[in-house]
Amino acid sequence: MRAIAIKMLFGDSAKFYGILLGLAFATLLIAQQASIFVGLMSRTYALIEETPQADLWVTDPTMLFVDDTKPMQVTALQRVRSVGGVKWAVPMFKSLLVAKLPSGARQLCDVVGVDDASLIGAPAKMVQGDTSVLRRPDTIIIETRGARTRLAQPLNPADPAGPKRPIEVGEELELNEKRAVIGGIAETKPTFQAVPTIYTTYSRAIGFSPANRRTLSMILVKADSPEEIPALRARIERETGLAVYTPRDFAWKTIDFWMKQTGIPINFGIAIALGFLVGVAIAGQMFYNFTLDNLKYFGAMKAMGATTPALLGLVALQGAVAGALGLGLGLGVTSFVGLSIPEDKLAFKMTWHIPVIAAGAVIFIVVAASSFSMRKVAKLDPAEVFQG
Amino acid sequence: MTAAGASISCRGITKTFGSGDATVRALRGVDLEARYGEVMALVGPSGCGKTTLISILAGLLQRDKGDLSVLGDDPSLMSSHQRTQWRGRNVGFIFQQFNLIPQVSVVENVAVPLLLQGTRRREALERSAALLAEVGLRGREQSRPNKLSGGQQQRVAIARALVSNPRLLVCDEPTSALDGATGQRVMGLIRDIATHGERVVVLVTHDERIYHFADRIAHLDDGMVTHVSTPAEALAESAARMGDAAGRR
Repeated sequence: MRAIAIKMLFGDSAKFYGILLGLAFATLLIAQQASIFVGLMSRTYALIEETPQADLWVTDPTMLFVDDTKPMQVTALQRVRSVGGVKWAVPMFKSLLVAKLPSGARQLCDVVGVDDASLIGAPAKMVQGDTSVLRRPDTIIIETRGARTRLAQPLNPADPAGPKRPIEVGEELELNEKRAVIGGIAETKPTFQAVPTIYTTYSRAIGFSPANRRTLSMILVKADSPEEIPALRARIERETGLAVYTPRDFAWKTIDFWMKQTGIPINFGIAIALGFLVGVAIAGQMFYNFTLDNLKYFGAMKAMGATTPALLGLVALQGAVAGALGLGLGLGVTSFVGLSIPEDKLAFKMTWHIPVIAAGAVIFIVVAASSFSMRKVAKLDPAEVFQG
Repeated sequence: MTAAGASISCRGITKTFGSGDATVRALRGVDLEARYGEVMALVGPSGCGKTTLISILAGLLQRDKGDLSVLGDDPSLMSSHQRTQWRGRNVGFIFQQFNLIPQVSVVENVAVPLLLQGTRRREALERSAALLAEVGLRGREQSRPNKLSGGQQQRVAIARALVSNPRLLVCDEPTSALDGATGQRVMGLIRDIATHGERVVVLVTHDERIYHFADRIAHLDDGMVTHVSTPAEALAESAARMGDAAGRR
């Protein structure tokens, strides 16, 4: 009877495609919005992911998230280095600065200054040149997205609004009226702020920024031993009064800020809830109507000797097949859209949780719709088959 | 007590629906017997209790009072689950509107009772195809029901009703959705193949043109069997009633 139940489902093509598209659309909305949300959130801590060498990040205690730099006194670096169990501690500068481009246009950039000696914090994946170019005077490294987009230069200098070409190694920018020569181009993860990132040395970055008594944005720390990281964290906090985070905690602190202090989760939550409601309204209703349409056949089967559990099994099978196909189609379209649009145009990150959540939503929709349908089938009086 | 050779025996069967002011006494004490190999037609005006009676005989409804024996059992004494299984083993149904599942092929429709009883799909389809050939639908096994004429659909329904070889076949207005000639052919088919072996056919109809396919006709009125006649007697009574009515006009 299972084959007949499935043929009944597929055979009513108008309702089947309605159910399928309803579930697929619900899955698409839920999975795509959730993936974009996760993609956006993961961009907020891109700098942390780009700096895997650090076991601990030391910041001003009032810092709320990774871009909320609250500069510390430079002496903080020595205090941290003096704590027992620290293998090394290096400074990092991070600030938004306006760059003057070769065309004369101005562009806000995220300037990251890494340790002059070790270059810890410099981008790991270089497309042109290598990080050692930072040892040359006035040199900076830019990233590919910025080079292609915000830092791109007009092909015809007389027509700044015309077609553009990527800015190239060897070209010069001005940062705070100081010369900055592009020495290399790196491939980095997109950031939430979507402004070009410029890497240079710590001391040069301070020179690029307006004069400030406090210049130390963050301190990157390596522990003597990985096992001692929790103890070292507590020790640095105790002895310096600064905030200390593991990369994971720092990332979650950043996500937490965006979740609680902005309307982003509510907006995405509404879209996801709408997807769920679309699923309930369209697919649930259509599945229920599909069962109602077939009620006389279920009634005939009941008269011919089908037990109620057997009929409920057929309804459950129809619901499960529709749910699995709708979920698969929805996730397939979501993945296709997510993977076919470049990363710098769409923040898309489908973690394993998202298909599980979408599957949970589809299961809920199908179970709810099937329950109403099953109730109708269970209460069906086989004598009704003679009622015309 | 069941009379010798009787497959159905009803004595004083009553059935009431609803309660209080809404009480409907559908059957008020039905006495009826039918034998194996017999086609018994139930006739009477709308609301006389025909459908209630075949529903009780087929184990779809439970009687309130009276003695009932259908194929040696009283389905009204069985639990709901037992009655369902009993129907699956013993009763074939032919419905007024065929009730063929439109999304599946003709042969699969016929196989439904066997599949419900757990027969292997291949065997069920083979037996169904053989029966379709018997009702004159060889070559139409894979057609959808909506591609067939009304008469062909009712033949499919006949095959479905007989595929599990039931001993009781209940037919609810089997010709009401068919034109006169097709109805005659369908009833001829039921008469020919349904009465083979140890089987009884109970038929509800308003269609006097098919009376002659029945062996006996039970006349119901107001929830009781008023009398049982031969088809010829029933037609004569009907003609007399029509003559009386014409005379009064």
